[in-house]
Amino acid sequence: MKKNYLTKIGTLLTATALFGATLAGCGSAKTETADLNSTAANIEEGDAAETDTVYRTLDEIKESGTINIGVFSDKSPFGYVDENGEYAGYDVYFAEKIGEDLGVKINYVSTEAANRIEYLQTGKVDIILANFTVTEERAQEVDFALPYMNVALGVVSPSDSVVESLDAVGADDQIIVISGTTAETYLEKNYPDIKLQKYDAYAEAKTAFENGNGVAWANDNTEVIAFSLENEGYTVGIPSLGDADTIAPAVTKGNDTLLTWLNEEIETIGEDNFFHKDYEETLLDTYGADYENTLVVEGGKVQ
Amino acid sequence: MQSLGIDVLFKGTNMIRLLKGLWVSVEISLISVAISIVLGLIAGVLMTSKSKLIRFIFRVYLEIVRIMPQMVLLFIVYFGTTRVFGMNISAELSAIIVFVFWGTAEMGDLVRGSIQSIPKIQYDSAYALGMDKFKVHFLIIFPQTIRRLLPLSINLVTRMVKTTSLVMMIGIVEVLKVAQQIIEANRKASPNAAFGVFAVVFFLYFIVCWPISRLAVKLEKRWA
Repeated sequence: MKKNYLTKIGTLLTATALFGATLAGCGSAKTETADLNSTAANIEEGDAAETDTVYRTLDEIKESGTINIGVFSDKSPFGYVDENGEYAGYDVYFAEKIGEDLGVKINYVSTEAANRIEYLQTGKVDIILANFTVTEERAQEVDFALPYMNVALGVVSPSDSVVESLDAVGADDQIIVISGTTAETYLEKNYPDIKLQKYDAYAEAKTAFENGNGVAWANDNTEVIAFSLENEGYTVGIPSLGDADTIAPAVTKGNDTLLTWLNEEIETIGEDNFFHKDYEETLLDTYGADYENTLVVEGGKVQ
Repeated sequence: MQSLGIDVLFKGTNMIRLLKGLWVSVEISLISVAISIVLGLIAGVLMTSKSKLIRFIFRVYLEIVRIMPQMVLLFIVYFGTTRVFGMNISAELSAIIVFVFWGTAEMGDLVRGSIQSIPKIQYDSAYALGMDKFKVHFLIIFPQTIRRLLPLSINLVTRMVKTTSLVMMIGIVEVLKVAQQIIEANRKASPNAAFGVFAVVFFLYFIVCWPISRLAVKLEKRWA
Protein backbone atom coordinates (compact mmCIF):
# COMPACT_ATOMS: atom_id res chain seq x y z
CA MET A 1 0.00 0.00 0.00
CA LYS A 2 2.72 2.38 1.01
CA LYS A 3 4.51 2.01 -2.31
CA ASN A 4 1.31 2.70 -4.14
CA TYR A 5 0.94 6.00 -2.35
CA LEU A 6 4.43 7.02 -3.30
CA THR A 7 3.84 6.24 -6.95
CA LYS A 8 0.63 8.19 -6.84
CA ILE A 9 2.23 11.25 -5.31
CA GLY A 10 5.07 10.98 -7.77
CA THR A 11 2.72 10.79 -10.69
CA LEU A 12 0.67 13.66 -9.42
CA LEU A 13 3.74 15.86 -9.15
CA THR A 14 4.99 14.93 -12.59
CA ALA A 15 1.54 15.41 -14.04
CA THR A 16 1.12 18.86 -12.51
CA ALA A 17 4.55 19.89 -13.69
CA LEU A 18 3.82 18.67 -17.17
CA PHE A 19 0.44 20.34 -17.28
CA GLY A 20 1.93 23.57 -16.08
CA ALA A 21 4.60 23.33 -18.72
CA THR A 22 1.99 22.61 -21.37
CA LEU A 23 -0.16 25.56 -20.39
CA ALA A 24 2.82 27.88 -20.28
CA GLY A 25 3.89 26.47 -23.62
CA CYS A 26 0.52 27.10 -25.22
CA GLY A 27 0.35 30.55 -23.74
CA SER A 28 3.61 31.71 -25.20
CA ALA A 29 2.98 29.89 -28.42
CA LYS A 30 -0.11 32.03 -28.78
CA THR A 31 1.73 35.26 -28.19
CA GLU A 32 4.26 34.16 -30.78
CA THR A 33 1.63 33.71 -33.45
CA ALA A 34 -0.14 36.86 -32.40
CA ASP A 35 3.16 38.63 -32.92
CA LEU A 36 3.20 37.71 -36.53
CA ASN A 37 -0.39 38.54 -37.31
CA SER A 38 -1.86 41.25 -35.22
CA THR A 39 -0.29 44.55 -34.41
CA ALA A 40 -2.76 45.24 -31.61
CA ALA A 41 -1.36 42.31 -29.68
CA ASN A 42 2.13 43.61 -30.29
CA ILE A 43 1.43 46.94 -28.73
CA GLU A 44 -0.02 45.16 -25.72
CA GLU A 45 3.11 43.07 -25.47
CA GLY A 46 5.17 46.21 -25.65
CA ASP A 47 3.22 47.82 -22.84
CA ALA A 48 3.60 44.76 -20.67
CA ALA A 49 7.33 44.85 -21.33
CA GLU A 50 7.45 48.47 -20.35
CA THR A 51 5.92 47.93 -16.94
CA ASP A 52 8.31 45.08 -16.29
CA THR A 53 11.18 47.05 -17.84
CA VAL A 54 12.86 44.09 -19.43
CA TYR A 55 15.49 46.43 -20.83
CA ARG A 56 18.46 48.01 -19.09
CA THR A 57 18.76 51.76 -18.98
CA LEU A 58 21.91 53.59 -20.00
CA ASP A 59 23.04 53.90 -16.39
CA GLU A 60 22.42 50.25 -15.68
CA ILE A 61 24.52 49.28 -18.67
CA LYS A 62 27.35 51.59 -17.64
CA GLU A 63 27.20 50.28 -14.09
CA SER A 64 27.38 46.65 -15.18
CA GLY A 65 30.40 47.42 -17.35
CA THR A 66 29.18 45.27 -20.25
CA ILE A 67 26.81 45.95 -23.11
CA ASN A 68 25.10 43.14 -25.00
CA ILE A 69 25.00 43.82 -28.71
CA GLY A 70 23.28 41.49 -31.14
CA VAL A 71 25.06 41.20 -34.48
CA PHE A 72 25.10 38.79 -37.38
CA SER A 73 27.98 36.38 -37.25
CA ASP A 74 27.67 35.12 -40.81
CA LYS A 75 26.73 38.08 -42.98
CA SER A 76 29.97 39.26 -44.50
CA PRO A 77 30.85 42.12 -44.86
CA PHE A 78 28.30 43.56 -42.36
CA GLY A 79 28.69 41.27 -39.42
CA TYR A 80 30.88 38.18 -39.48
CA VAL A 81 33.60 36.39 -37.55
CA ASP A 82 37.09 36.54 -39.00
CA GLU A 83 39.61 33.70 -39.06
CA ASN A 84 40.85 34.59 -35.59
CA GLY A 85 37.40 34.25 -34.09
CA GLU A 86 36.92 38.02 -33.76
CA TYR A 87 33.73 39.74 -34.80
CA ALA A 88 34.20 42.14 -37.71
CA GLY A 89 32.28 44.05 -40.37
CA TYR A 90 30.48 47.33 -40.95
CA ASP A 91 28.00 46.82 -38.09
CA VAL A 92 30.68 45.54 -35.72
CA TYR A 93 33.00 48.48 -36.44
CA PHE A 94 30.20 50.75 -35.22
CA ALA A 95 29.52 48.49 -32.24
CA GLU A 96 33.17 48.76 -31.21
CA LYS A 97 32.85 52.55 -31.28
CA ILE A 98 29.74 52.38 -29.09
CA GLY A 99 31.56 50.23 -26.56
CA GLU A 100 34.54 52.56 -26.58
CA ASP A 101 32.48 55.72 -26.09
CA LEU A 102 30.31 54.16 -23.38
CA GLY A 103 33.42 52.88 -21.66
CA VAL A 104 32.06 49.34 -21.38
CA LYS A 105 33.04 45.93 -22.65
CA ILE A 106 31.02 44.42 -25.48
CA ASN A 107 29.39 41.03 -25.31
CA TYR A 108 28.49 40.06 -28.88
CA VAL A 109 25.44 37.87 -29.29
CA SER A 110 25.13 35.98 -32.55
CA THR A 111 21.63 36.65 -33.91
CA GLU A 112 19.64 35.38 -36.85
CA ALA A 113 17.33 37.45 -39.03
CA ALA A 114 14.32 35.69 -37.51
CA ASN A 115 15.10 36.30 -33.83
CA ARG A 116 16.30 39.92 -33.75
CA ILE A 117 13.01 41.34 -32.45
CA GLU A 118 12.65 38.59 -29.83
CA TYR A 119 16.09 39.39 -28.48
CA LEU A 120 15.16 43.04 -27.95
CA GLN A 121 11.68 42.41 -26.60
CA THR A 122 13.03 40.07 -23.94
CA GLY A 123 15.92 42.38 -23.09
CA LYS A 124 18.45 39.68 -23.82
CA VAL A 125 20.44 42.19 -25.84
CA ASP A 126 20.63 45.97 -25.34
CA ILE A 127 21.16 46.94 -28.98
CA ILE A 128 20.66 45.11 -32.25
CA LEU A 129 23.18 46.07 -34.90
CA ALA A 130 22.44 43.37 -37.41
CA ASN A 131 21.80 45.00 -40.77
CA PHE A 132 18.35 45.82 -39.43
CA THR A 133 16.22 47.52 -42.09
CA VAL A 134 13.77 50.06 -40.69
CA THR A 135 10.17 49.18 -41.55
CA GLU A 136 6.86 50.39 -40.14
CA GLU A 137 5.94 46.94 -38.84
CA ARG A 138 9.22 46.60 -36.99
CA ALA A 139 9.04 50.15 -35.62
CA GLN A 140 5.90 49.11 -33.74
CA GLU A 141 7.85 46.44 -31.88
CA VAL A 142 11.25 48.03 -31.32
CA ASP A 143 12.67 51.56 -31.25
CA PHE A 144 14.99 52.46 -34.08
CA ALA A 145 17.76 55.00 -33.61
CA LEU A 146 19.04 57.22 -36.43
CA PRO A 147 20.04 55.34 -39.58
CA TYR A 148 23.63 54.64 -40.57
CA MET A 149 23.18 53.01 -43.95
CA ASN A 150 20.95 53.09 -47.02
CA VAL A 151 19.41 50.15 -48.75
CA ALA A 152 17.46 50.32 -51.94
CA LEU A 153 16.94 48.28 -55.05
CA GLY A 154 19.46 48.26 -57.83
CA VAL A 155 19.46 47.16 -61.45
CA VAL A 156 22.49 45.62 -63.13
CA SER A 157 22.84 45.06 -66.86
CA PRO A 158 25.54 44.09 -69.38
CA SER A 159 28.00 46.95 -69.98
CA ASP A 160 27.33 47.09 -73.73
CA SER A 161 23.63 47.89 -73.26
CA VAL A 162 23.24 49.47 -69.87
CA VAL A 163 19.69 49.96 -68.59
CA GLU A 164 19.75 53.35 -66.89
CA SER A 165 16.06 53.92 -66.51
CA LEU A 166 13.21 51.49 -66.19
CA ASP A 167 11.09 53.63 -68.50
CA ALA A 168 13.54 52.77 -71.27
CA VAL A 169 12.89 49.04 -71.00
CA GLY A 170 11.41 47.82 -74.28
CA ALA A 171 8.07 46.05 -74.55
CA ASP A 172 9.67 42.69 -75.34
CA ASP A 173 12.55 42.97 -72.89
CA GLN A 174 12.49 40.99 -69.70
CA ILE A 175 13.94 41.79 -66.31
CA ILE A 176 15.18 39.05 -64.03
CA VAL A 177 14.08 39.01 -60.39
CA ILE A 178 14.20 36.52 -57.55
CA SER A 179 10.75 35.49 -56.30
CA GLY A 180 9.76 36.83 -52.92
CA THR A 181 12.24 39.71 -52.88
CA THR A 182 11.36 43.35 -52.52
CA ALA A 183 12.52 43.85 -56.12
CA GLU A 184 9.70 41.63 -57.36
CA THR A 185 7.03 43.40 -55.31
CA TYR A 186 8.29 46.84 -56.26
CA LEU A 187 8.43 46.20 -60.00
CA GLU A 188 5.05 44.50 -60.09
CA LYS A 189 3.49 47.41 -58.29
CA ASN A 190 5.19 50.33 -59.99
CA TYR A 191 6.04 48.97 -63.44
CA PRO A 192 3.25 46.51 -64.23
CA ASP A 193 4.06 46.66 -67.94
CA ILE A 194 7.58 45.33 -67.61
CA LYS A 195 7.81 41.60 -68.15
CA LEU A 196 9.52 39.81 -65.27
CA GLN A 197 11.41 36.59 -65.38
CA LYS A 198 11.23 35.03 -61.93
CA TYR A 199 13.64 32.60 -60.40
CA ASP A 200 13.48 30.92 -57.02
CA ALA A 201 17.12 30.97 -56.07
CA TYR A 202 19.98 33.41 -56.35
CA ALA A 203 22.12 30.94 -58.27
CA GLU A 204 19.43 30.33 -60.90
CA ALA A 205 18.81 34.03 -61.42
CA LYS A 206 22.54 34.60 -61.74
CA THR A 207 22.98 31.89 -64.36
CA ALA A 208 19.96 33.11 -66.33
CA PHE A 209 21.28 36.66 -66.27
CA GLU A 210 24.76 35.57 -67.37
CA ASN A 211 23.21 33.62 -70.22
CA GLY A 212 21.48 36.77 -71.40
CA ASN A 213 17.90 35.61 -70.71
CA GLY A 214 16.97 39.11 -69.57
CA VAL A 215 18.15 42.63 -70.31
CA ALA A 216 18.75 43.40 -66.66
CA TRP A 217 18.61 41.99 -63.17
CA ALA A 218 16.89 43.78 -60.28
CA ASN A 219 17.78 42.98 -56.67
CA ASP A 220 18.95 44.67 -53.46
CA ASN A 221 21.49 47.27 -54.52
CA THR A 222 24.21 45.80 -52.31
CA GLU A 223 23.75 42.48 -54.13
CA VAL A 224 23.86 43.90 -57.66
CA ILE A 225 26.81 46.17 -56.85
CA ALA A 226 28.77 43.24 -55.46
CA PHE A 227 27.83 41.23 -58.56
CA SER A 228 28.99 43.89 -61.00
CA LEU A 229 32.31 44.21 -59.18
CA GLU A 230 32.92 40.48 -59.03
CA ASN A 231 31.98 39.84 -62.64
CA GLU A 232 33.54 41.59 -65.62
CA GLY A 233 31.34 43.24 -68.22
CA TYR A 234 28.39 44.26 -66.07
CA THR A 235 27.38 47.73 -64.95
CA VAL A 236 24.94 48.87 -62.33
CA GLY A 237 22.85 51.28 -64.41
CA ILE A 238 20.44 52.10 -61.61
CA PRO A 239 22.20 51.97 -58.23
CA SER A 240 19.28 53.19 -56.15
CA LEU A 241 15.67 52.58 -57.04
CA GLY A 242 12.34 52.68 -55.31
CA ASP A 243 11.60 53.36 -51.69
CA ALA A 244 14.91 54.09 -50.07
CA ASP A 245 15.04 52.11 -46.86
CA THR A 246 17.57 52.63 -44.15
CA ILE A 247 19.45 50.46 -41.74
CA ALA A 248 19.55 51.58 -38.13
CA PRO A 249 20.42 50.33 -34.67
CA ALA A 250 17.42 49.18 -32.63
CA VAL A 251 16.76 49.09 -28.90
CA THR A 252 13.95 47.64 -26.81
CA LYS A 253 10.74 49.64 -27.14
CA GLY A 254 10.68 52.31 -24.45
CA ASN A 255 14.40 52.28 -23.66
CA ASP A 256 14.60 56.05 -24.09
CA THR A 257 17.85 56.71 -22.25
CA LEU A 258 19.79 54.33 -24.47
CA LEU A 259 17.97 55.54 -27.59
CA THR A 260 18.78 59.18 -26.87
CA TRP A 261 22.40 58.37 -26.19
CA LEU A 262 22.64 56.38 -29.45
CA ASN A 263 21.11 59.20 -31.48
CA GLU A 264 23.51 61.73 -29.98
CA GLU A 265 26.39 59.35 -30.58
CA ILE A 266 25.49 58.91 -34.24
CA GLU A 267 25.25 62.68 -34.70
CA THR A 268 28.53 63.35 -32.88
CA ILE A 269 30.63 60.76 -34.66
CA GLY A 270 29.00 61.82 -37.92
CA GLU A 271 30.85 65.12 -37.59
CA ASP A 272 34.12 63.23 -37.96
CA ASN A 273 32.72 61.23 -40.89
CA PHE A 274 32.88 58.08 -38.81
CA PHE A 275 30.67 55.99 -41.09
CA HIS A 276 32.69 56.90 -44.16
CA LYS A 277 35.73 55.61 -42.33
CA ASP A 278 33.74 52.54 -41.36
CA TYR A 279 32.84 52.00 -45.04
CA GLU A 280 36.43 52.36 -46.11
CA GLU A 281 37.60 49.87 -43.50
CA THR A 282 34.96 47.22 -44.03
CA LEU A 283 32.90 47.61 -47.20
CA LEU A 284 35.38 49.09 -49.67
CA ASP A 285 36.68 45.69 -50.76
CA THR A 286 33.22 44.47 -51.65
CA TYR A 287 31.49 47.56 -53.02
CA GLY A 288 34.29 49.82 -54.19
CA ALA A 289 34.67 53.56 -53.66
CA ASP A 290 32.00 54.55 -56.20
CA TYR A 291 29.11 53.56 -53.99
CA GLU A 292 30.34 55.03 -50.73
CA ASN A 293 27.92 57.94 -50.80
CA THR A 294 25.05 55.79 -52.09
CA LEU A 295 25.31 53.40 -49.18
CA VAL A 296 26.58 55.40 -46.21
CA VAL A 297 24.32 57.57 -44.09
CA GLU A 298 26.41 60.01 -42.03
CA GLY A 299 25.20 61.60 -38.81
CA GLY A 300 21.76 60.04 -39.20
CA LYS A 301 20.84 62.35 -42.07
CA VAL A 302 19.51 60.67 -45.17
CA GLN A 303 20.25 62.70 -48.29
CA MET B 1 42.14 22.03 -60.12
CA GLN B 2 39.57 24.07 -58.32
CA SER B 3 40.12 24.17 -54.61
CA LEU B 4 37.47 22.51 -52.52
CA GLY B 5 37.87 25.20 -49.92
CA ILE B 6 39.11 22.99 -47.13
CA ASP B 7 42.15 25.29 -46.94
CA VAL B 8 40.02 28.02 -45.29
CA LEU B 9 39.92 25.81 -42.22
CA PHE B 10 43.65 26.25 -41.79
CA LYS B 11 43.43 30.03 -41.71
CA GLY B 12 43.94 31.53 -38.25
CA THR B 13 42.12 29.66 -35.54
CA ASN B 14 39.31 28.39 -37.77
CA MET B 15 39.86 24.70 -37.13
CA ILE B 16 40.07 25.19 -33.37
CA ARG B 17 36.85 27.23 -33.47
CA LEU B 18 35.14 24.47 -35.41
CA LEU B 19 36.24 21.86 -32.87
CA LYS B 20 35.15 24.09 -30.00
CA GLY B 21 31.77 24.37 -31.74
CA LEU B 22 31.65 20.61 -31.97
CA TRP B 23 32.34 20.36 -28.26
CA VAL B 24 29.42 22.73 -27.56
CA SER B 25 27.13 20.42 -29.53
CA VAL B 26 28.47 17.30 -27.84
CA GLU B 27 28.31 18.84 -24.38
CA ILE B 28 24.68 19.89 -24.71
CA SER B 29 23.66 16.53 -26.09
CA LEU B 30 25.61 14.50 -23.51
CA ILE B 31 24.10 16.34 -20.55
CA SER B 32 20.63 16.17 -22.07
CA VAL B 33 20.97 12.49 -22.87
CA ALA B 34 22.12 11.61 -19.36
CA ILE B 35 19.18 13.41 -17.74
CA SER B 36 16.72 12.13 -20.36
CA ILE B 37 17.67 8.52 -19.72
CA VAL B 38 17.04 8.79 -16.00
CA LEU B 39 13.76 10.70 -16.37
CA GLY B 40 12.77 8.59 -19.36
CA LEU B 41 13.03 5.40 -17.31
CA ILE B 42 10.66 6.86 -14.73
CA ALA B 43 8.31 8.23 -17.40
CA GLY B 44 8.32 4.91 -19.21
CA VAL B 45 7.31 2.99 -16.12
CA LEU B 46 4.52 5.49 -15.48
CA MET B 47 3.36 5.10 -19.08
CA THR B 48 2.59 1.47 -18.36
CA SER B 49 0.57 2.45 -15.30
CA LYS B 50 -2.81 0.85 -14.82
CA SER B 51 -4.40 4.26 -14.21
CA LYS B 52 -6.11 5.56 -17.30
CA LEU B 53 -5.57 9.15 -16.22
CA ILE B 54 -1.80 8.78 -15.90
CA ARG B 55 -1.59 7.04 -19.23
CA PHE B 56 -3.68 9.79 -20.79
CA ILE B 57 -1.49 12.55 -19.36
CA PHE B 58 1.65 10.93 -20.69
CA ARG B 59 -0.01 10.32 -24.03
CA VAL B 60 -0.74 14.05 -24.28
CA TYR B 61 2.83 14.89 -23.23
CA LEU B 62 4.30 12.54 -25.82
CA GLU B 63 2.07 13.89 -28.57
CA ILE B 64 2.96 17.47 -27.71
CA VAL B 65 6.64 16.67 -27.95
CA ARG B 66 6.16 14.87 -31.23
CA ILE B 67 3.97 17.53 -32.83
CA MET B 68 5.86 20.59 -31.63
CA PRO B 69 9.03 21.31 -33.63
CA GLN B 70 12.08 21.52 -31.36
CA MET B 71 12.73 25.00 -32.70
CA VAL B 72 9.40 26.23 -31.32
CA LEU B 73 10.20 24.64 -27.97
CA LEU B 74 13.55 26.43 -27.91
CA PHE B 75 11.89 29.78 -28.58
CA ILE B 76 9.26 29.13 -25.93
CA VAL B 77 11.79 28.22 -23.26
CA TYR B 78 14.40 30.86 -24.11
CA PHE B 79 12.24 33.86 -25.04
CA GLY B 80 8.82 32.77 -23.76
CA THR B 81 9.85 32.36 -20.13
CA THR B 82 11.34 35.84 -20.12
CA ARG B 83 8.21 37.36 -21.64
CA VAL B 84 5.70 35.57 -19.45
CA PHE B 85 7.50 35.07 -16.14
CA GLY B 86 10.38 37.52 -16.45
CA MET B 87 12.81 34.68 -15.83
CA ASN B 88 16.16 34.80 -17.57
CA ILE B 89 17.28 31.31 -18.44
CA SER B 90 20.66 31.11 -20.15
CA ALA B 91 20.69 29.85 -23.72
CA GLU B 92 22.63 26.72 -22.79
CA LEU B 93 20.23 25.83 -19.97
CA SER B 94 17.24 26.49 -22.25
CA ALA B 95 18.69 24.12 -24.81
CA ILE B 96 19.21 21.43 -22.19
CA ILE B 97 15.67 21.88 -20.84
CA VAL B 98 14.21 21.49 -24.32
CA PHE B 99 16.32 18.47 -25.17
CA VAL B 100 15.46 16.83 -21.85
CA PHE B 101 11.75 17.59 -22.36
CA TRP B 102 11.98 15.96 -25.77
CA GLY B 103 14.35 13.14 -24.76
CA THR B 104 12.29 12.15 -21.72
CA ALA B 105 9.16 11.72 -23.80
CA GLU B 106 10.86 9.74 -26.55
CA MET B 107 12.87 7.70 -24.07
CA GLY B 108 9.77 7.08 -21.99
CA ASP B 109 7.97 5.74 -25.02
CA LEU B 110 10.87 3.42 -25.78
CA VAL B 111 10.85 2.19 -22.18
CA ARG B 112 7.10 1.64 -22.36
CA GLY B 113 7.48 -0.34 -25.57
CA SER B 114 10.25 -2.44 -24.09
CA ILE B 115 8.33 -3.20 -20.92
CA GLN B 116 5.24 -4.13 -22.85
CA SER B 117 7.23 -6.35 -25.17
CA ILE B 118 8.18 -8.62 -22.26
CA PRO B 119 5.88 -11.66 -22.61
CA LYS B 120 3.26 -12.05 -19.92
CA ILE B 121 4.60 -15.51 -19.17
CA GLN B 122 7.68 -13.92 -17.59
CA TYR B 123 5.49 -12.26 -14.96
CA ASP B 124 3.41 -15.40 -14.44
CA SER B 125 6.46 -17.61 -14.04
CA ALA B 126 8.09 -15.22 -11.60
CA TYR B 127 4.93 -14.99 -9.49
CA ALA B 128 4.64 -18.75 -9.62
CA LEU B 129 8.12 -18.97 -8.10
CA GLY B 130 6.79 -17.02 -5.14
CA MET B 131 8.44 -13.66 -5.86
CA ASP B 132 6.74 -10.49 -4.69
CA LYS B 133 5.90 -7.59 -6.98
CA PHE B 134 9.13 -5.74 -6.23
CA LYS B 135 11.31 -8.72 -7.00
CA VAL B 136 9.42 -9.54 -10.18
CA HIS B 137 9.98 -6.05 -11.52
CA PHE B 138 13.54 -5.47 -10.46
CA LEU B 139 14.96 -8.95 -10.93
CA ILE B 140 12.99 -10.28 -13.88
CA ILE B 141 11.38 -7.55 -15.94
CA PHE B 142 13.80 -4.61 -15.74
CA PRO B 143 16.97 -6.47 -16.73
CA GLN B 144 15.21 -7.77 -19.83
CA THR B 145 13.74 -4.36 -20.56
CA ILE B 146 17.09 -2.65 -20.43
CA ARG B 147 18.60 -5.10 -22.86
CA ARG B 148 15.90 -4.37 -25.37
CA LEU B 149 16.14 -0.70 -24.64
CA LEU B 150 19.83 -0.04 -25.22
CA PRO B 151 19.97 -0.25 -28.99
CA LEU B 152 16.82 1.83 -29.30
CA SER B 153 17.95 4.54 -26.94
CA ILE B 154 21.33 4.86 -28.65
CA ASN B 155 19.45 5.61 -31.81
CA LEU B 156 17.77 8.45 -29.94
CA VAL B 157 21.13 9.73 -28.72
CA THR B 158 22.51 10.11 -32.24
CA ARG B 159 19.33 11.92 -33.26
CA MET B 160 19.79 14.32 -30.37
CA VAL B 161 23.40 15.04 -31.31
CA LYS B 162 22.28 15.99 -34.81
CA THR B 163 19.36 18.10 -33.63
CA THR B 164 21.66 20.32 -31.55
CA SER B 165 22.25 22.30 -34.75
CA LEU B 166 18.99 24.11 -33.91
CA VAL B 167 20.45 25.82 -30.85
CA MET B 168 22.02 28.46 -33.10
CA MET B 169 18.55 30.01 -33.16
CA ILE B 170 18.94 31.03 -29.52
CA GLY B 171 22.42 32.41 -30.00
CA ILE B 172 24.55 29.41 -29.12
CA VAL B 173 27.45 29.14 -31.53
CA GLU B 174 27.82 25.43 -32.22
CA VAL B 175 29.65 23.53 -34.92
CA LEU B 176 27.28 24.26 -37.79
CA LYS B 177 27.12 27.96 -36.97
CA VAL B 178 30.91 28.17 -36.85
CA ALA B 179 30.97 26.47 -40.25
CA GLN B 180 28.58 29.06 -41.67
CA GLN B 181 30.67 31.85 -40.16
CA ILE B 182 33.82 30.50 -41.75
CA ILE B 183 32.15 30.07 -45.14
CA GLU B 184 30.68 33.58 -45.11
CA ALA B 185 33.88 35.24 -43.93
CA ASN B 186 35.67 33.72 -46.92
CA ARG B 187 32.90 34.22 -49.46
CA LYS B 188 35.07 36.35 -51.70
CA ALA B 189 38.44 34.68 -51.23
CA SER B 190 37.20 31.12 -51.71
CA PRO B 191 33.63 30.89 -53.00
CA ASN B 192 33.77 27.10 -52.98
CA ALA B 193 34.50 26.91 -49.27
CA ALA B 194 30.93 25.77 -48.57
CA PHE B 195 31.64 22.36 -50.04
CA GLY B 196 34.86 21.71 -48.16
CA VAL B 197 33.73 23.12 -44.84
CA PHE B 198 30.41 21.27 -44.83
CA ALA B 199 32.24 18.08 -45.80
CA VAL B 200 34.41 18.51 -42.72
CA VAL B 201 31.33 19.18 -40.57
CA PHE B 202 29.75 16.02 -41.96
CA PHE B 203 32.88 14.13 -41.00
CA LEU B 204 32.86 15.63 -37.48
CA TYR B 205 29.23 14.60 -36.89
CA PHE B 206 30.18 11.22 -38.27
CA ILE B 207 33.05 10.65 -35.86
CA VAL B 208 30.76 11.60 -32.96
CA CYS B 209 27.79 9.47 -34.00
CA TRP B 210 29.53 6.51 -35.57
CA PRO B 211 31.10 5.05 -32.40
CA ILE B 212 27.73 5.38 -30.69
CA SER B 213 26.04 3.52 -33.54
CA ARG B 214 28.73 0.84 -33.50
CA LEU B 215 28.17 0.37 -29.82
CA ALA B 216 24.47 -0.13 -30.48
CA VAL B 217 25.16 -2.81 -33.06
CA LYS B 218 27.55 -4.57 -30.72
CA LEU B 219 25.14 -4.54 -27.81
CA GLU B 220 22.34 -5.72 -30.05
CA LYS B 221 24.39 -8.71 -31.14
CA ARG B 222 25.36 -9.61 -27.63
CA TRP B 223 22.01 -9.20 -25.95
CA ALA B 224 19.25 -9.59 -28.43
